[in-house]
Amino acid sequence: MIATQLPILQVILPLIMAPIALIVRSPRTVWMLTLLVTWITFCISLTLLMQVLEGGTIVYRIGGWAAPWGIEYVLDKVGAFVLVIVSAIGSIVMTYARRSVEAEIQEDRIYLFYTMFLLCLTGLLGIVITGDVFNLFVFLEISSLSSYVMISLGKDRRALTAAYRYLIMGTLGATFYIIGVGMMYMMTGTLNMADLAVLIPSIADSRTIQTAMAFLTVGVCLKLALFPLHLWLPNAYTYAPSVVTAFLAATATKVAVYVLIRIVFTLFGDVNILEGLGVQNILMALAIVAMFAASIMAIYQDNMKRLFAYSSVAQIGYIILGLSFASQVGVAAGIVHLFNHAIIKCAIFMGLGCIALRVGGVSIKNMYGLGYRMPWTMAAIVIGGLGLIGIPMTVGFVSKWYLVRAAFEQDMWIIAALIVLSSLLAIVYVWRLVEAAYLKSAPQDAAPISEAPLSMLLSLWILALASIYFGVDATTTMNIALDSADTLLNGGLQ
Amino acid sequence: MSMETTIQAALVTPLIGAVLIAFSGRWPNLRETITLVTAAILFMLVASLYPEVMAGGRPSLVIGEMLPGLRIVFTVEPLGLIFACIASFLWIINSLYSIGYMRANNEKNQTRFYVCFAIALASAMGIAFAGNMMTLFIFYEALTLCTYPLVTHAGTDKAKKGGRIYLGILLTTSIGLLFLAIVWTWLIAGTLDFTPGGILEGKASNLVIGILLALYMFGIGKAALMPFHRWLPAAMVAPTPVSALLHAVAVVKAGVFTVVKVVVYIFGFDFLSGLGSADWLLYISGFTILAASIVALRQDNLKRRLAYSTISQLSYVVLATAILAPLSIVGAALHIAVHAFGKITLFFAAGSIYTAAHKTEVSQLDGIGRRMPWTMGAFAIGALSMIGVPPTAGFISKWYILNGAFDSGQMLAVAVIVISALLNAGYFLPIVYAAFFKKENEKPGQDNHGEAPLSIVIALTVTAAMTILLFFFPGVFIDLARQLV
Repeated sequence: MIATQLPILQVILPLIMAPIALIVRSPRTVWMLTLLVTWITFCISLTLLMQVLEGGTIVYRIGGWAAPWGIEYVLDKVGAFVLVIVSAIGSIVMTYARRSVEAEIQEDRIYLFYTMFLLCLTGLLGIVITGDVFNLFVFLEISSLSSYVMISLGKDRRALTAAYRYLIMGTLGATFYIIGVGMMYMMTGTLNMADLAVLIPSIADSRTIQTAMAFLTVGVCLKLALFPLHLWLPNAYTYAPSVVTAFLAATATKVAVYVLIRIVFTLFGDVNILEGLGVQNILMALAIVAMFAASIMAIYQDNMKRLFAYSSVAQIGYIILGLSFASQVGVAAGIVHLFNHAIIKCAIFMGLGCIALRVGGVSIKNMYGLGYRMPWTMAAIVIGGLGLIGIPMTVGFVSKWYLVRAAFEQDMWIIAALIVLSSLLAIVYVWRLVEAAYLKSAPQDAAPISEAPLSMLLSLWILALASIYFGVDATTTMNIALDSADTLLNGGLQ
Repeated sequence: MSMETTIQAALVTPLIGAVLIAFSGRWPNLRETITLVTAAILFMLVASLYPEVMAGGRPSLVIGEMLPGLRIVFTVEPLGLIFACIASFLWIINSLYSIGYMRANNEKNQTRFYVCFAIALASAMGIAFAGNMMTLFIFYEALTLCTYPLVTHAGTDKAKKGGRIYLGILLTTSIGLLFLAIVWTWLIAGTLDFTPGGILEGKASNLVIGILLALYMFGIGKAALMPFHRWLPAAMVAPTPVSALLHAVAVVKAGVFTVVKVVVYIFGFDFLSGLGSADWLLYISGFTILAASIVALRQDNLKRRLAYSTISQLSYVVLATAILAPLSIVGAALHIAVHAFGKITLFFAAGSIYTAAHKTEVSQLDGIGRRMPWTMGAFAIGALSMIGVPPTAGFISKWYILNGAFDSGQMLAVAVIVISALLNAGYFLPIVYAAFFKKENEKPGQDNHGEAPLSIVIALTVTAAMTILLFFFPGVFIDLARQLV
């Protein structure tokens, strides 16, 4: 019985636990409850992925109401894959969170953090699993509002302005999205994705639908921080508590990319908006500019969290570039990089969280000599950094390999060269950190510090090792990505 | 032991060694014993593959699929076996040398040094036995990364700068050019397996083949083809044993080895010679040979002079490959081997001088031959091998390369080799002359040094002796190299 209810349980569990957290309040207990919920959702999403891989797309009707009257939850391969990414990161971040949260968030607000975290998780999981564009908007707002609150919990007062700016930009994005949804509803009378995908092609030439498409795309690109709509991201990542940065960097933008995939390949799948309306060229150009501009910005940052925040903007460029090829290999490269980048960035930000806990800051000066003072933390961050560069045997290599192949397939030699060129920029910013940590010595008056606590190191190293494991044996992730891309390009949800 | 197990063991042994070394850091004698034992075991494992490969066998080991349709696979073939034999044999000698050098100079972080060294050897084995281009690339990059801590070993600003150039050039070329070439090859040919006769024939237009060849040749930065050679002099800030084994043997030979491998097994040299799109490679490598020699003439720092000599000698291999005649390919494979013995001897001597006399410049070496007869005697043998004078091994490989050049009527290559021999004489013989026949300039306060520590002297004597022995018994390598064509 329960097996058929898994899709809804996935969303309900964290949603129910959120108010419970608000009532219980004791930081320790709340943490344990949240930890439990995150691991359960992880197990559920793994089960769902297995089911989807074996039996194809899962459709779940809420309350038994058939679409288009009721709300459907629909899970296909790409959805199940992103679901696993989000819930896996959620559970690992939670394992890591306790000590870091105690250090970085005022004690009387800790329960609020966990409440918001659970809501955010609800929202993100909901976005991925729903098959209804309005329901998606609701989940988008749940996750966004809760993440504004989580960011503002940072100790630095600038966290407030960062959260505020994200609030403005995020609301703009969500508003654009809902305007787009409204227009589609006006033209088709339905909010169900599968329904929309069927109805849109016949009216695709109408001005309204095209405007709707523009609103949807721009709105989502704001949420996923595609250059030049990324301005909210660096500050938000820099001033948020470390745990929040690690979680959001690995999930929030990824889920937004998932929404873009749904819009481009499912809703407008039969219209071929990528080539027909010139969206392809715009996305490709912006992606390439992001890869370079953000990497160059990253090189000049002295705050490590900000440095890797800019690096995230650049990496999102890779993902969008992959999608914009609109070929099986290209889309697969984009999808697999969702996973790969989530692992890498989450590991790096968790590592920086360890450093913030022990050293008290994450500027480049704080890194001096850390290679010897916190060897395990630093080694894990370096592994992540190698992944960003795309060194073989890390996950970054796999993504880059398929991206370049996709470029060559379409005879876009220059784009192939640009991909590797921009990854050379990653060497520069990663090596600034390496040189600081290993070739500079710690200041004379530096207080002696110990390694990060075991719970944090453990989570950090699970991800660091995962980034190697899925780099050495990428057949699982790559096959899922290739299959998903194939389904997406040939007709979306069903 | 079956052949698969032997290959596996050869790859894993240095890694196990690295772990053991890391854990025995507190007991230096134990640590050094582990290094020596590991090196010896590795060499025996590699040597035990020799009969099988000589008999025409190509033992292979599949590790598993890395990407859908792309496996990590190792296959032992003659060229790889030559490279693996040299690297593993010289690791034994070099470890002996390292012990004397590192202790006499009171170097810091010796455990890290030996650990990185062992990992570097594991990577070299991976390169030598790689069965397809992707496997090779993985270990190629690993070799770059694990030698970085060795280059920056001193931790000074100078070391940091050297490390930046080292990493910068090697990663830029490999990621920026070689990686593109590999992905492109995979797309065009549908495979990356090293196949006798190549995999690209008839798969793409001549233009694409030409571009691919350029991407490969410049992308293999470890071969130090100009203009991507600057990393090698920069790497000389490393302790001398690193310069000796890695930057005269393992790393640079991995580069030219890959060049030969790509030409023979990816392009196929019959295909390339029919195409004529490799001519430019002849000019570039010829230019590198001469230009690097001329630069070497002007270097006063002994290790830098040796580094430029290495750049020049590496391009012999590229030149020999670009001639695309069967005999010259044999010569290329031989040169990988014989240059290793000669150059490591020269570096050993340079380190020996630094350890005993704390001298690094060529101009300081007047009369040093009488204080350090063994060192300078070995240096002289190494120098003769660089020039190619019998009875040293350098003569053999040049003989084959020249024969190949004559066969295919490449008079330009012949001219380059002859002029370069003169230039080599021009920058090596004055050192030998000054060391033995000039008078030491007596300066007050000069310490009265003798030979370097015994382990150093033993090491450089062995490699010098090998350089001569190889002249009389080159059969081991020639028989293997002949299987290539």
